Amino acid sequence: MEKIIEIKNLHFRYENGKKEVLKGIDLDIGKGEFIAILGHNGSGKSTLAKHLNAILVPTEGSVTVDGIDTADDSKLFELRQRAGMVFQNPDNQIVSSVVEEDVAFALENLGVPYEEMRKRVDESLKAVNMYDYRLHSPNLLSGGQKQRVAIAGIIAMRPKCIIMDEPTAMLDPQGRREVFSAVRKMNREHGITIVLITHYMDEASRCDRVAVMDKGRIILDDVPSKVFSQVDMLKKIGLDVPQVTELCHGLRKSGIEISEEIISEEECVEALLKLFSEGGK
Amino acid sequence: MAVLKTEELTYIYSEGSPFQKTALDHVNLEINEGEIIGIIGHTGSGKSTLIQHFNGLLKPSGGRILLDGRDIWADKSDIREVRFQVGLVFQYPEYQIFEETVYNDIAFGCRNMGLSESEIKSRVAETAVDIGLSEDLLESSPFELSGGQKRRVAIAGVMAMRPKVLILDEPTAGLDPVGRDRIFQHIVKYHEKTHNTVLIVSHSMEDMARIANKILVMNRSKVFCYDETEKVFARAEEITQIGLDVPQITKVFAELKKHGLDFGKEVYTVDYARELLLKHLRERGIFNA
Amino acid sequence: MLKDITIGQYFPSDSLIHRLDPRFKIVITFIFIVMLFTGRSLVSLGIGAIYTFTAVFVSKIPLKMFVRSIKPLMPFLIITAFINILFANGGDVVFKWRFIKITSDGINVSVFMIIRIILLLMGTSLLTYTTSPITLTDAVERLLSPLKKLKFPVHELAMMMSIALRFIPLLIEETDRIISAQKARGAEIDSGNIVNRARNLIPVLIPLFISAFRRADELATAMECRCYCGGEGRTRLRQLKSAPRDYIALAVTVLFLSVIISVNIIFQ
Repeated sequence: MEKIIEIKNLHFRYENGKKEVLKGIDLDIGKGEFIAILGHNGSGKSTLAKHLNAILVPTEGSVTVDGIDTADDSKLFELRQRAGMVFQNPDNQIVSSVVEEDVAFALENLGVPYEEMRKRVDESLKAVNMYDYRLHSPNLLSGGQKQRVAIAGIIAMRPKCIIMDEPTAMLDPQGRREVFSAVRKMNREHGITIVLITHYMDEASRCDRVAVMDKGRIILDDVPSKVFSQVDMLKKIGLDVPQVTELCHGLRKSGIEISEEIISEEECVEALLKLFSEGGK
Repeated sequence: MAVLKTEELTYIYSEGSPFQKTALDHVNLEINEGEIIGIIGHTGSGKSTLIQHFNGLLKPSGGRILLDGRDIWADKSDIREVRFQVGLVFQYPEYQIFEETVYNDIAFGCRNMGLSESEIKSRVAETAVDIGLSEDLLESSPFELSGGQKRRVAIAGVMAMRPKVLILDEPTAGLDPVGRDRIFQHIVKYHEKTHNTVLIVSHSMEDMARIANKILVMNRSKVFCYDETEKVFARAEEITQIGLDVPQITKVFAELKKHGLDFGKEVYTVDYARELLLKHLRERGIFNA
Repeated sequence: MLKDITIGQYFPSDSLIHRLDPRFKIVITFIFIVMLFTGRSLVSLGIGAIYTFTAVFVSKIPLKMFVRSIKPLMPFLIITAFINILFANGGDVVFKWRFIKITSDGINVSVFMIIRIILLLMGTSLLTYTTSPITLTDAVERLLSPLKKLKFPVHELAMMMSIALRFIPLLIEETDRIISAQKARGAEIDSGNIVNRARNLIPVLIPLFISAFRRADELATAMECRCYCGGEGRTRLRQLKSAPRDYIALAVTVLFLSVIISVNIIFQ
């Protein structure tokens, strides 16, 4: 697969910080991938995210996004167009008091001509299902809606990659669903690479790939079913696993033969039905 | 005995204006002493409005709230006393921290109650232990703590007032699993120690299933159901229909039932599910150990 | 509750006045102010009143909205009127008691002044009632853009204004929430004498400032991530286009101004 993000031996410490926050990260992300970076608070996952569009630059090692070295100041805007960033707090990233003008903000900064801007703003709002709200004030929207406006503001730049730094941490379950499905749609239908920073295992379990971070290192990196089969390890570093995975893990421990790679309800129901019907024979 | 009771409690926002909205619609509830109650509902279902009535921050448009059988609005000048008896921890409570030291911030509520310094000292020390803050943190600035620690400082500030009823609005919002588990663990410990009533507003059925002995589901300004946890999960399908999540494990067992595997019990925690499955596997001779 | 304050007080509608180009509206408002201050007689003020009331009628905004905006200023108006009555000399003496002397000129001047101030308030309120704050900011930015050549930070000021418009309602909501949270801890926010009250505000103000700084910090990062680097080379989604109606409105206003000037000359 063609790579879009290459992270090589990335070390990072804050200026006059004693502790190294990132301790040698190597990670390649392919074009069109939907990867979750899972970790508890303080694991370094947000710090890693900030390296992907040059809010922070490596103390040692390198980060390359779509061929651009993030340490190269002269290409900063180009980089940020190609790799957009959505933040945790929906309120603190919306600039304008009118939805459509907020979506246009980046395009205005980049000097995109009016006709083109109008077209892209409308397309982006439609893509996140917020077109009907284009003239509303963001203050009257729900958290999930605000976050979708923020996403529209990023995709209006036509990025190749979107980095999302815990975009659902402050939302209610409905908002989380809205945002997650909008993001998935961007990935599936528009082929945009998604890097989702999260501590919600249910979101991570629905991505294509999960990298688990702990203490500034990546300790697991695989498809979700393989990652979550490491129940004991994940629990030890303070992460959740899906309830069904935990159940199957518990059953296995009691000596029952059931797959350890079950992460969805459907898989679990199927496995249990099979277990009981086999016994009936 | 009911420590808190609402009678036909109704609240209308911006009454008389074009933005008028009924946030609580004839709510009748009885909350007994010593219970842990999980309050669940969509954003805007009325749950936040409800808890702000319990400690007199909002005044009902209609109906009454009784604390120990007494209308809390009977004498307006007593409302501050009501707030000492019914402690309310807001969402993201760390944003209300303002004192220079952790000690002072925890003591703020107690000082407002007019307690003596020696009493305050012993309460702060005790509460800090209860919430899992080590003693050497008490003299440091609350702004230097981690997010989870700040949250616990803010909760301790209300706990130290020793309210008869402790209400927490989404106490784990935005925290990671470690921070979340630690807070719930300390809340449960606090409850075991004091036997005071605890009300927790939450979006997570999975968390409430583990902690609460009763669950109140609010929907569209009304009480949708209010019962013991097990009985509430017996209505999992209805709850899903109003758009609320039930624990993944409950959904699995509902699905199994549809396929003819009925265990005759409501399942809402993983541990119970495992026990139940093992028991039935043994009974059917599929598994013997 | 703090929430009930509406900043900028914009009343969305689709009247002719609402649809006017905001740049023209600002210019017209200025001419209107000049018009009121050039008028020296009751006749010219009457013409000004005709202009004001016609505009209010066209805007379809109920008169009671204007009454509401003038009401809080009534004490100030009354005091100014009194001072004028007491200190203006000339004309016939209407009333005299000890050192208090009221003259017909005094009455004339104060009545004139009150009408003028009321008309002024109505006209300027009309601008904010019919133009959303964000449009207004935008129009100010464009009207002032020639000043950029003199290194005046026009864009920066406009950006600050529009960010303020976005965040003031949020901060108001936040203040409400912090007040409730501190009340829940037994704080007495709204009682006691002035010294106590000021001290009682500390638990509200400190968290509010901390939060405002945090928001500002996060917003700055988010803006940089969306390639913001000042006003240079920016294009705009909001297009301001002038139409014939804008020129007509401007012409009508200038006409009124010239009528008033002529009236002044004739009645001199």
